[in-house]
Amino acid sequence: MTSRFRSREFWTPAMATGAVLLIALILIAVLAPLTLKQAAEQLTPNAAQEPSAAHWLGTDDFGRDLLARALVATRLTLLMTGGAAAITVLAGVVIGLAIWLSGRRVREAALRVLETAVAYPSLIFALVIAAVLEPGVSSAVIAIGIAGIPGFARITANLASSISSSEYVVTARLLGVSPVRIALRHMLPNMAEPLLILSATVFALSLVEISALSFIGLGVQSPEYDFGRLLNDSLGALYTQPVEAVGPSIMIAITGLSVMLIGDALAAHADPRAKRRFFRRALQRNRTVAVPVGDAALVRVENLRISIPGRQELVKGISFAINPGEVVALVGESGSGKSLTAMAIAGLPSEDLAVEADGVRVGDMNMLAEPNQSRLAKEISIVYQDPGTTFNPSLRMGSQLTEVLRTHLGLGGAKARNLITEALAAVNITEPAKRLRQHPHELSGGMRQRAMIAASIVTSPTLIVADEPTTALDVTVQAEVLRQFRRIHREQGTAMLFISHDLGVVEALCDTVLVMKSGEIVERLTSGQLAARNVHHPYTKALLAAIPVLDLGRTPVVAGAETP
Amino acid sequence: MRRLGGLLLSFVVLVIVTFLIVPLIPGDPAAIAAGEGASPAQIATVRAELGLDLPLLTQFLNYASGVLRLDMGASFISGEAVSALIFTRFPFTAEIALLAIVLVLAVAVPLGMTMAILTRGGRSRWLDTGFNFVTSLVYSVPQYVVATLLVVVFAVTLRWFPAAGAATLNSMVLPTAALMLGPACVISRIVRRETAAVLEKDYIRTARGWRLSVLRTNARYVLPNLVTTTLTLSGLILAAQLGGAVVIETVFAWPGLGQGIVNAILQRDYPVIRGIILVLGLLATLIIILVDLILAIIDPRNLGGTTHDV
Repeated sequence: MTSRFRSREFWTPAMATGAVLLIALILIAVLAPLTLKQAAEQLTPNAAQEPSAAHWLGTDDFGRDLLARALVATRLTLLMTGGAAAITVLAGVVIGLAIWLSGRRVREAALRVLETAVAYPSLIFALVIAAVLEPGVSSAVIAIGIAGIPGFARITANLASSISSSEYVVTARLLGVSPVRIALRHMLPNMAEPLLILSATVFALSLVEISALSFIGLGVQSPEYDFGRLLNDSLGALYTQPVEAVGPSIMIAITGLSVMLIGDALAAHADPRAKRRFFRRALQRNRTVAVPVGDAALVRVENLRISIPGRQELVKGISFAINPGEVVALVGESGSGKSLTAMAIAGLPSEDLAVEADGVRVGDMNMLAEPNQSRLAKEISIVYQDPGTTFNPSLRMGSQLTEVLRTHLGLGGAKARNLITEALAAVNITEPAKRLRQHPHELSGGMRQRAMIAASIVTSPTLIVADEPTTALDVTVQAEVLRQFRRIHREQGTAMLFISHDLGVVEALCDTVLVMKSGEIVERLTSGQLAARNVHHPYTKALLAAIPVLDLGRTPVVAGAETP
Repeated sequence: MRRLGGLLLSFVVLVIVTFLIVPLIPGDPAAIAAGEGASPAQIATVRAELGLDLPLLTQFLNYASGVLRLDMGASFISGEAVSALIFTRFPFTAEIALLAIVLVLAVAVPLGMTMAILTRGGRSRWLDTGFNFVTSLVYSVPQYVVATLLVVVFAVTLRWFPAAGAATLNSMVLPTAALMLGPACVISRIVRRETAAVLEKDYIRTARGWRLSVLRTNARYVLPNLVTTTLTLSGLILAAQLGGAVVIETVFAWPGLGQGIVNAILQRDYPVIRGIILVLGLLATLIIILVDLILAIIDPRNLGGTTHDV
């Protein structure tokens, strides 16, 4: 803990601001009643004065200095808020742990009751208690304190149950340590940090609600005063002395803000995922590259470089071509840059990356500039890796699969549906018309991937980019998907860029194999060379050596893909 | 079924809790009902009239059956039936609460989505910091302070809107504004966080691969996937707003349930307190159940599941 307070990362501007404000408030709470009590409470003839050098915020109807009153009220407000927050946190933790420690039935019933209670606005809950008790300081503290308990108890119980499945708790339980001891010695220390952060929230909420009670006249009663009471007083004098509302308003706002800043900063510090990455500039794409003519290749990539701006080069100047109707594989381990390359060729590079090249073209489209979106959508189709996540879960399959047909080819709904139904039938999807009315989660992974393939061919593209299309699938399903790619290639002669980490999958399908490692192409093979195991680079050999191990499971894939 | 059970459970709990208010009062409820300076004989008459001399269980059964018949007794102060009083006051609260809900969603959803799109992947650092600063500042100021400041600026100083009452359409502006500012900030932050998460999803890349326009991508691929979390959290926040409405109504002398209960507590008018607490509690439960139902209609995957823990 001590080293943390010294670390630079801990003292973010928000944390520092919050801490400074809170320390200032505590100092005011201690000092103001000692020094300003007279100015704040003694009746003088200087009633209802405008702000002046002597009275910065003016005076009230009884000639009392309004700034002094706002400052003196800090002590009572902070004490009441602290008291209410303490009641909430202590009782919440005790009840929460007790719920976790009790039997399953009691636990479930208690959680159910808490869930109901939490849904209930805590301020109204506090009103019930305030209605029973006589209005005053202690009843306000008790009312707000109790009103917060259900929420805090529920959070504690949930935290406890998530920690209780962790290894050290399970071990302690197996060793026969008593549940109460586990709760106190093992769980509470591990829950301390999140509970502390939440306590800051509880404090902020208690402040708002206690002041609210006083504000509507059900909390602190005259002659005592806290921020809420002062604000209430100002309401009566709003037209004659509107400045009276300023002091308590600012004090409530500052107190709430300081605690919230600290709470947020603590939470951000405890959760590294909340840290943000910042990029300085929007990325510029190179738009000036001319498209070379008199070249038979469908796709030509010249000296392609992809990098995280200012940091790391991920693809280090690669060049290759895809001829019309050719199936080219990019093979390599994850992180070799093969998917980045494929997406850059498809015109879909991640927005955080810088893409530069002497030329990247598909047909006569310059992929470094911004080609016509409809042409892109029609001519380049993409099949992705994980069919479980590539479809929008909240739209029906039909409206997603016909998206390109309707948006870019201008087909009507019925016509688009007919086309896609045929395409689905062609990739062996049963009951295609029914599938279109279903949501993605109602289809199997293999079915979704074949649907994606169907959607990719209905536009008769010149290039299909397939990014590990079989990796996320079962072995038998892989075979079927590969078979579909072979069929499309055979029947329509579509060129493909096929990404895989598995030479075995690639062998059956591709004319040319490019082996990538660390952003470079280390070897180029024809399918014949690969079949003959005529390879030279040690990395390719290593990849090949990996096949037999995998091949035990994959044999039916290749065999299946070869039988029509 | 589960929702119906939840509603029933809350109702039972509410009836018990509101019943308990009277027996728990320190002092003699009959003396309070009879008014100050009543003679012991008058107090005894009132006690018998109100059934306060009966055993607790009988009192509870009388109370519970009264609630079921929409008969919650009469106000100690005005003698008006509590149910009639609630029916007059309820529309005023519903008016500003509903308007605030609609405005909050109309502001927060587009704002949050736009912020997420503009600041995705760490872009526009200053916009990001500014948005966070402004929303946390506004949110950390309680609604009644916002309300008071609105009155000072727009009613007292500029005289654009009336400061109190519910006489004209204009008088709705300030209470609604005070009610919506805080929630608009929280919910736009939630929408922003959710949008940022959705933008990272694979299906957004798919939509980009289909070269859909920015508008179409956001309307069809981002927005529907925000709805579940946004509505669930909004439901909880908006239910909590009922508490805010109580305080806001006091500032603006808005003749709704909130002002009603504050007056009733100050005057120790227990039948009215019971009635309003019961209604506000039911409303809070109904809002959450309504959100659940809307979600089930929008997204069939939610059917039967709880969506409260996000």
